[in-house]
Amino acid sequence: MKKGDSAAFFVFILLIILLPVLSGSTYTLTVGIFSGINALVAIGLCILMGYAGQVSLGQAGFYGIGAYVSSIASLHGGLPIIISAISGMLVAAIAAVILAVPALRLKGHYLAVATLGFGEIIYIILNEWGPGGPSGFGDIPHFGLLWYTIDSTRDYFYLIWGLVAVVMFFSMNLIHSRTGRALRAIHDSDLACNAMGLNVVALKIKVFVLSAVYAALAGSLYAHYVTFISPSSFSLFYSILVLMMVIVGGITNLWGAIIGAVVITVLPELLRRFEELDVLVYGLILTLSLMFFRKGLVPILIEKMKKLRGFAIAKH
Amino acid sequence: MLTVFLQFLFSGLTVGAVYALVGIGFNITYNATSIINLAQGEFVVIGGLMMWFFSESLKLPFLVSVALTIVTAGIVGFFMERLTIKPLKNPDLLLMIMITIAVSIVLRGILMFVFGKDPYVYPSFTEGEPVSIYGAIIQQQTLWVIGITGFCIILLFFFFKKTIIGKAMLACAVNPTAAQLVGINVSKMVMVSFVLSAIVGAIGGMAITPISLMEYDKGPMLAVKGFCAAIMGGLGSNRGAVLGGFIIGILESMTAGYIHSGMKDAVALIILLLILFFKPAGIFVSKTMLQLRKF
Amino acid sequence: MKKAGKNFLVVLVAALSVMLLFVNAYAKEPYKIGALFAVTGAASFLGEPEKNTAVMLQDQINKAGGINGHPLEIIIEDTKSDETQAVLSAKKLLENDKVLAIIGPSTTGESMALVPIMNNANTPLLSCAAGAPITQPAKDRPWIFKTPQYDVSAVEAIYGYMKKHGIAKVGIITISTGFGDAGRKALLEIAPKYGITIVAEEKYGPKDSDMTTQLTKIKAAGAQAVINWSVGPGQVVVTKNWHALKMGIPLYQSHGWGSKKNVELAGKAAEGVIAPLGRLVVWEKLPDNHPQKALLKKFTQDYEAKYKSEPGTFGGHAYDSIMMLVEALKSVGPDKKKMKDYIETNIKKWPGTGGIFNISPDDHCGLDKDAFEMVVVKNGEWEILK
Repeated sequence: MKKGDSAAFFVFILLIILLPVLSGSTYTLTVGIFSGINALVAIGLCILMGYAGQVSLGQAGFYGIGAYVSSIASLHGGLPIIISAISGMLVAAIAAVILAVPALRLKGHYLAVATLGFGEIIYIILNEWGPGGPSGFGDIPHFGLLWYTIDSTRDYFYLIWGLVAVVMFFSMNLIHSRTGRALRAIHDSDLACNAMGLNVVALKIKVFVLSAVYAALAGSLYAHYVTFISPSSFSLFYSILVLMMVIVGGITNLWGAIIGAVVITVLPELLRRFEELDVLVYGLILTLSLMFFRKGLVPILIEKMKKLRGFAIAKH
Repeated sequence: MLTVFLQFLFSGLTVGAVYALVGIGFNITYNATSIINLAQGEFVVIGGLMMWFFSESLKLPFLVSVALTIVTAGIVGFFMERLTIKPLKNPDLLLMIMITIAVSIVLRGILMFVFGKDPYVYPSFTEGEPVSIYGAIIQQQTLWVIGITGFCIILLFFFFKKTIIGKAMLACAVNPTAAQLVGINVSKMVMVSFVLSAIVGAIGGMAITPISLMEYDKGPMLAVKGFCAAIMGGLGSNRGAVLGGFIIGILESMTAGYIHSGMKDAVALIILLLILFFKPAGIFVSKTMLQLRKF
Repeated sequence: MKKAGKNFLVVLVAALSVMLLFVNAYAKEPYKIGALFAVTGAASFLGEPEKNTAVMLQDQINKAGGINGHPLEIIIEDTKSDETQAVLSAKKLLENDKVLAIIGPSTTGESMALVPIMNNANTPLLSCAAGAPITQPAKDRPWIFKTPQYDVSAVEAIYGYMKKHGIAKVGIITISTGFGDAGRKALLEIAPKYGITIVAEEKYGPKDSDMTTQLTKIKAAGAQAVINWSVGPGQVVVTKNWHALKMGIPLYQSHGWGSKKNVELAGKAAEGVIAPLGRLVVWEKLPDNHPQKALLKKFTQDYEAKYKSEPGTFGGHAYDSIMMLVEALKSVGPDKKKMKDYIETNIKKWPGTGGIFNISPDDHCGLDKDAFEMVVVKNGEWEILK
């Protein structure tokens, strides 16, 4: 990992540990939990889009698969939560492969629509044939690790963000590895990569599957936290929301995914005071931030920090 | 048997016509700018709600209301382009699409604020008994929807193929630099494309409201279906969007009729995916044409 | 001078003390109740009248002196028709605002998401959503109540009427949301009890434009009547399609039909449509001695005066939830457990907008099919069927 990333990671871990200590409020921690769940999905999408250059409007489908499979496996199948979550991730991976093989031949808008179609089909399947149909189902068991059931908000917060940290660590290593460099090369030019002997197709599929697995993990965490799920949480709206998180945070930087997830999750909470107008204000803030922070919040922050350092050095 | 089949067909044509118009709206912006304007659905809603406002609330005569609605839609398209598209230099296409999504949220918020959450309706353009063909009924307003869609297609065909402005707009999409070099005001063409696509969307909204009502949040569903229609036919091809729209509408209806109404949306999407997998550029666009385009 | 000054001071202090006494007498701690409504989003046609009702009642109650002198404060949060938002908003209300109870949410899905939270927080929830799973099984829902009628009760009202009129074959068309699905399940489950066969089962989406295909199938299957189960514009579109198709068989709607707006929007197509409606929409046609008439009249007139539109059934659900809490607060004060117990044991033969409530530990809703009147649309007006 690069030096800057290590420092950022250290600060990140520190923040995770400190937040519940500084703010005992379960409301704040709940916001934090949902931010963390969204961050997991966003990180996956960020790798897919920012590094492999593929777009997906269907992440909600994998998110939903993870939630439903894990819930059904643990509630009706009696499987331990961890196994259920893993089975959710497995089903999502398989679905991702089935989708990726034909879809990744498509480009740009066409790929976007293919993934959109996939996400919508999953939603329709869940709405028609999922347990409870559109009404969803509840009594999903809380997340448990072996003997210990996690049902306090604070513990759940640590669980989610602990997993985010693990996923970040893994992802950052991936980005800086040979595979990561290969990914970025693909982003720039398929043709060149093929010419150099990289198996472009296989790599693209792997990244697609990775993003699906992250989303499925997030889905199972969501289900076991709220203990009630219905298809409406897994619609196209959510796919677009995740896309927003990645773009707002900065598509070229993994930290952007986390920051974007936090911002997009927290923003509606801050806008409560506007009551009816909150949708309007939310849209305005998004529009303005997309227009003026085009590269995303994190890259812009990094630029600003570099400038400041530049000034500091120049002053000497 | 025939009656039932025809009834399903007419239902499919009704909704398909609106999808087609939305798809055409997407193509107009795309052809001039390579941007997918995901606020296209909101233009349809604006068309329906403003038509209600002028004809029912202000009680203006029919043609005046139509004209005013078209003008309003054009103005909204104009401002959207000037405020959010024009200011950006060298925009990344993905960013532009996200901005159009954000704008659609703003538009929806404004519509909700002004019109509330209730549905709105106004009388059909012509009152009278539905037309009966072999026992299947087709409402007069449905004929209007299909007729208006056809009329728009013909008008747009002439616009893009025969007028200078239309041809200039097409040139901008293929290569903006080259277009500028031959003296085309690219930025003005972008503006025109937004205004035009807004108008086309609004016309669709005006036509469909007497049948299916209109409320502030109908936009996203129409945008998705219209986008699928455009993609199915091949982005940039208006013929394709029309075909795509009607195919999706009829597929939905036939699935609901002959298989199971719970699956109608899924089947249309599956067919869309299959078309994409076998003809990645859509029905009417060849692969080479696809590669020539920027995105 | 000095003596005058001292006198003045004494009078000033005395006046201030008296004023302080008065201020204290009215500066009693407000009673805080949380309210979760889907003010925006897909279910906003539910949340908006609910919110309006809450605001209006809060004003009225406070103008009348509050609850035993304590002002009532209803803190309203918008759930945006989203379950995750409902969870977040509930936590905020419980944690930050420390509310005594929560009214709402507007939809069954959102209510279900809150069940574990409210039970764990030992705080009463008076949901404005209809789904049976919200309050059943009762032993798992100690803190959860709901004020809308059960879907099952509405279905029973329809089927009872149909049986009396010799209808045995029915086609159903439902919206693919939680509301429609709950209705569909109830329709299928209860049909045999009334000797009714469901010959066709069709669905449509919340934003669909045309349902002639589904209705055509229902007619072709030989149905003697068609039942539509939805809320929102879908009801109107189905009605218009039914009329245009000249189906020749009667159209029944769910209790979501109970809003004059629907009749207006459907125009002449609405003629003859039958539905089981709560008495709120037909209060004018009730006999004067009916236990609900007075409160329905007052509520409707107050709401229309303030908001220039009718409250509709949904506004009524918020009314019932709030008034139950207010009565509980008046009797037992700001104690969550006592309030819950009060509602469980004392809401008997309680006239509300939804009907006459009989809540018990086994039934945290308290309404059955007698909460409905079978109503038909005649000349654009409601008419109660006998």
